[in-house]
Amino acid sequence: MSVLTRKADRIDRLADQHGLSLWQEALRRLRRSPPAIIGAVIVVLFVVIALVGPLLVPHDPLSQAWRGEISEARGAFPGPRAENWLGVDHLGRDEFSRLIVGARQTLIVGVVSTLLGLAVGVLIGGIAGAAAGLGGRAGRFLDSFIMRIIDMLLAVPSLLLAVSVAAVLGQSLATVMIAIGLVSVPIFARLLRGAMLAQAESEYVTAAVALGVPQWKIAWSHLLPNSVGPVIVQATLTLATAIIEAAALSFLGLGNADAAIPEWGVMLADAQRYLSVRPEWAIYPSVGIIVIALGFTLLGESMREALDPKLRR
Amino acid sequence: MGRFIARRLMQLVPTLFGLSILLFIWPRQLPGGPETALLGDRGTPEQLVLIRQSLGLDEPLIVQYGKFLERLARFDLGTSISTRRPVLTEFADRFPATVELTVTAMIIAIGLGIPLGYLAARHRGSILDQLSVGWSLLGVCVPIFFLGYVLKAVGAENLGWFPSTGRQDPTIDATHVTGFYVLDGLLTQEWDASLDALWHLVLPGLTLASIPLAAIVRITRASVIEVLGTEHVRTAEAKGLTDAVLRRRHVLRNAMLPVSTTIGLMTGTLLSGAVLTETVFAFAGIGAFLAQAISELDYPVLMGFILFIALIYVLVNLVVDVSYGLIDPRIRVR
Repeated sequence: MSVLTRKADRIDRLADQHGLSLWQEALRRLRRSPPAIIGAVIVVLFVVIALVGPLLVPHDPLSQAWRGEISEARGAFPGPRAENWLGVDHLGRDEFSRLIVGARQTLIVGVVSTLLGLAVGVLIGGIAGAAAGLGGRAGRFLDSFIMRIIDMLLAVPSLLLAVSVAAVLGQSLATVMIAIGLVSVPIFARLLRGAMLAQAESEYVTAAVALGVPQWKIAWSHLLPNSVGPVIVQATLTLATAIIEAAALSFLGLGNADAAIPEWGVMLADAQRYLSVRPEWAIYPSVGIIVIALGFTLLGESMREALDPKLRR
Repeated sequence: MGRFIARRLMQLVPTLFGLSILLFIWPRQLPGGPETALLGDRGTPEQLVLIRQSLGLDEPLIVQYGKFLERLARFDLGTSISTRRPVLTEFADRFPATVELTVTAMIIAIGLGIPLGYLAARHRGSILDQLSVGWSLLGVCVPIFFLGYVLKAVGAENLGWFPSTGRQDPTIDATHVTGFYVLDGLLTQEWDASLDALWHLVLPGLTLASIPLAAIVRITRASVIEVLGTEHVRTAEAKGLTDAVLRRRHVLRNAMLPVSTTIGLMTGTLLSGAVLTETVFAFAGIGAFLAQAISELDYPVLMGFILFIALIYVLVNLVVDVSYGLIDPRIRVR
């Protein structure tokens, strides 16, 4: 028995080492790739702005201090000037301050919804993958049952799924995050299940089964760690789509109903009415969304390439 | 081939069955249930009881579900709250517009995407390659409604080359036979009507094509690069085949499998995108109708729309699966 456990330990350690070297090598490749560096710089800058920015903004993003200077009928809104770097918005609030504070909200929506989708998707996909890979007949049945449900979720286009969730739960920030998170659940689940199934075929898993390692332990310490690579890449890419989808929900009037919290999607939706007078109100948040989405996409795509075993060495 | 299609059709049954259960449960989860959704806030308690009876909500769940399925089988999706017309009629009126738009977008995306992806793969590292890779990354990051507004501002308002909204110039006296305006013009030989409808499709079509174009360029490029590295292509090159023959017979056909999968999966993106694009361009399709239904909380329309779209999505992907068999005969056997 003790010999067997020691052997199992050694196999565990070997598996760990292999995993580590894969990630280390990926990191080395990432550091040499210009798109990855650009993406990382964008993401880091954005995170810093989101964390520190709201403390440094020149004005309170909610204060309508310049309300007296705007006249909607004449289409007169103060433009960029020393006091308001990007002018004021349709309610007389400082546009620049709103943009900076909005970055934080946008990031929170993106991160929370992605984490939500990731958590649920990994749970479902992990169960399905482990069941299919290790569970024999009953496991395969459970897997096909779970995957049929996942396929059904996939059959409803993402935005519509989000719309129906948002329509049921009513308008709030939480709804937006749940809706967008739910959309990515089937993607994560499918990805993880597929990767785990591929791992279950490999020889070290057969070895672990032969050594009598309990199934849950094989799933937890062999299948899962060796399968999370593509899932993490997907999560990075999902951050980009989550931010864009949140903007789309706001555009359709299903976004965050709380006007007190500036958020890029909501700012964009508000700007629609003033497109002919002040197109820049739509352009600022849009450019913000495009840049941050590009940052996450560049980073995710570079990670995908760096982790691809076909492209290694 | 017939058996292959039959088996794929059989696999649809559990998916559609599950979807019907989801759609059956969904309105029951609405705040206040479907009766409140139908009545709005104005309903009195007596009206609520009446509407519960008329909707059959006082019957056992299994009976309700049976009736729900029966209605679905008759394509009875209920009545729109805002327009008071059957949901199906509303869809039938607007569906041709959406089909015209999505097909246009798909033609643009495929017509540009496959050649671009191919050329990028053939000339790796060239400016064209870098541009295609750049676009394939940027394309998915630009919110589609923002792109729509930019195209509208530039193409319609600044340059004045294209109409900014609608499906056809209202001053054109066009006869509508099928509801597909471009086709109608061809059928009735009103060429100007057809051309005008086509002209109206350019900007929304380009907007909607942006995301599938990015995806198709990417997948085509990756797939062609992979096929170009295989030995049969090297052999074909070595025996002196012309570029055209090599491209058609050996590279593209083998590279098309992942591309056609992507095209199928893009249907969902296209239909979601149509909601946003149609709203931006005031294009009277089911997408714009849905956007309106969302703002008015028109649940029967929302529900019918989801069922409808899911059905289309599943069917399109069925066609894609069948097309695998045409592209790669080996798959047909399995």
